[in-house]
Amino acid sequence: MTRGAKQSIHSNTERLDFRAQKRDTLNTMWFTRSLAVFFLIVGGLLGWFIYASQQEGSDLPFRLGLDLAGGSHLVYTADVSDVAQGEVADAMSSLRTVVERRTNIFGVSEPLVQTERSFSGDHRLVVELPGVTDLNEAVRVIGETPVLDFRLQTISEDGEVSYTPTELSGRYVARAQLEFDAGHAGVGSEPVVIIRFDSEGSKLFEQITRDNVGEVLGIFLDGEPISVPVIREAIPGGSATISGNFSLDEAKTLVRDLNFGALPVPISLLSSSAIGPTLGAETLQAGIIAGAIGFLLVVLFMIGWYRVPGLVAVVALLIYGAVVLSLFKVIPVTITAAGIAAFILSVGMAVDANVLIFERMKEELKGGRPLDEAIKEGFRRAWPSIRESNLSSLISATVLFWFGTALIKGFALVFGLGVFVSMLSAITVSRAMLLALAFDWTRSKAKALFGSGLRIH
Amino acid sequence: MFVIQYRTIFVSISAVLILGSVIALGVWGLKPAIDFTGGSLIEVSQGDASKEDITAVVEEIITETVALRSTDDGFIIRTKELAPDVVAEVETAITNISESTSVLRVSTIGPSLGDELFTKALIALLLVALGIIIFIAIAFWKVSKPVSSWVYGLVTLGTLAHDVLIPAGVFALLGAFAGLEVDALFVVALLTVLGYSVNDTIVVFDRVRENLKVNRENEKDEPFENVVGRSLTQTYTRSINTSLTTIVVLLALFFFGGSATEDFALVLIIGVAAGAYSSIFFASPLLVMISHLGSKTNADTKKKTQ
Repeated sequence: MTRGAKQSIHSNTERLDFRAQKRDTLNTMWFTRSLAVFFLIVGGLLGWFIYASQQEGSDLPFRLGLDLAGGSHLVYTADVSDVAQGEVADAMSSLRTVVERRTNIFGVSEPLVQTERSFSGDHRLVVELPGVTDLNEAVRVIGETPVLDFRLQTISEDGEVSYTPTELSGRYVARAQLEFDAGHAGVGSEPVVIIRFDSEGSKLFEQITRDNVGEVLGIFLDGEPISVPVIREAIPGGSATISGNFSLDEAKTLVRDLNFGALPVPISLLSSSAIGPTLGAETLQAGIIAGAIGFLLVVLFMIGWYRVPGLVAVVALLIYGAVVLSLFKVIPVTITAAGIAAFILSVGMAVDANVLIFERMKEELKGGRPLDEAIKEGFRRAWPSIRESNLSSLISATVLFWFGTALIKGFALVFGLGVFVSMLSAITVSRAMLLALAFDWTRSKAKALFGSGLRIH
Repeated sequence: MFVIQYRTIFVSISAVLILGSVIALGVWGLKPAIDFTGGSLIEVSQGDASKEDITAVVEEIITETVALRSTDDGFIIRTKELAPDVVAEVETAITNISESTSVLRVSTIGPSLGDELFTKALIALLLVALGIIIFIAIAFWKVSKPVSSWVYGLVTLGTLAHDVLIPAGVFALLGAFAGLEVDALFVVALLTVLGYSVNDTIVVFDRVRENLKVNRENEKDEPFENVVGRSLTQTYTRSINTSLTTIVVLLALFFFGGSATEDFALVLIIGVAAGAYSSIFFASPLLVMISHLGSKTNADTKKKTQ
């Protein structure tokens, strides 16, 4: 009885101290509490946004990489050695258009065709075909487009025939069409292919024919001459006829290929991969399970060790997750297996700033400061450490992003975003919520609720 | 602080681990995956067909030696670089064995891409290390007593080497005895370890910096090793706790996250654990040891000048 009474007197005096302090900070208190409620509402809204945008028919679902959704990924190198220096960019962009058109015909839902400059200066073409797992077919569709070019015949002194390439090539073809030649002396009709050049091609063609009247202008398909007509006169108007003893089917294929894309520059396959939809779905599911288990373990640890602040850290972590996942949708970030790993890793690391702050706060509490001051001081003193330790992770993320193939870029982006957002959430969300909870507790209660569970020192 | 008191023991443990890793790397080296060497991978779900049946079929088409690695429900065939039509042929042959056998994934990488990745990985590692060293040097610019700021940078560099060499050494061992290969994700994991493990060290050093400043303001003359010991006492709970939460999520990733990121998680687990050890038992003791070295030479020169 006596012991109990003593204790209550003790806490009453403490409570008086707290009341005096409370009056001073009543306005700030009201502000921090509204801020805390505001963060909770924002977190809730973002959570709802993520849920709603995952429903059928939404135009903002998570964008899954090929390793999760299944599909083919092909990387080609383009041989631009025959293209004039200033025109490489043009040639690459028309290569992209042509391959894009080709993949559209293939019936793929969302094909991605990109050109890029490699580390060593090569020109690359990256093709992603979601849902296509037949690599052989994909390679055929993209690669078997003919390379068409026009070459002038030269005959050397000892009678050897050779061909010099002209600037005119398949990239200037606007349209090809099938027609039937009237036939020679009434002997049947032969299918011929008529090529119409674009304006630039027309000019080139006219110039070449004007300068080389009497010469032979070979029409080459994939390096093989298919027709070697003699230029009789300058040809304005931009159209040429290829009559190469085609069968009807051959002529039709050629027309289709030329229309759907004569490749402006030759390409060769560097790497290819295809991931089946089952493996992708399994990887995705495993990633989600691992993320959920990891999150749960962090929650148990944080609440077990840090109690009320631990709970605050968990709420901050939930808001952090909602912010990052919303950013994935809005930016949008293509999520890969490596990206999921980065996100899971960032969940483990995101509590770091909180841990730093809580440890600092505990020290201040032990030093005899009242709770709200201990919280503020803890934040103030932990900040340089938080800033510097996160900066080194951001350095890694930046280099990784630069270093990256698509896979690594995905990781770096998620990792960098994670580090950055977690830093922000710790110094805003956790702070506001801790301050909102920091009132009225008696000193012993404050120590029990805000101290850590174990004393090992 | 016992860590500082018995610093020789703890630093020796690290030294032995580093030496062991360097030896493992020297003797066995890392086993590069097709990401680096070029080649083809075919991941097979074997269903009710036997492994022998499948390899027999594959070896009929590809005459060169093929390497195998088991997965949960099948295995991965690794060969030299195959043309797309050969891959298609292998795929058809495998799926024809039985209803339940299927090809889950095929991947072909040309050798030139592999070389490029290797160069890039090396440059990236150097860039990250350089970036972090410059950053530390700037962060600790103003701390010069009793050890100059570049010593902090040097010790951090040693810690970085420690944290990267140990997982690499473990993977050299695993490569030699369990056939584990290192791919692009391995490099990513190492770079992440670099950025992450240095955090812990920075937090301890940051505390040393703060305590030194407070001492200077109060004109308190505390031996350097006591300052470091006190800083460690103040920060090790945090170091252990953040490493724990990170390792906990990585364990979840390792056990439940699927085969795509299994090795990746393992590198990080080893790296983060090594990082937690190094920040408490390696970096700070080393800092104290170097400061003693400095004061000894100072004393020597003093004696000489007298």
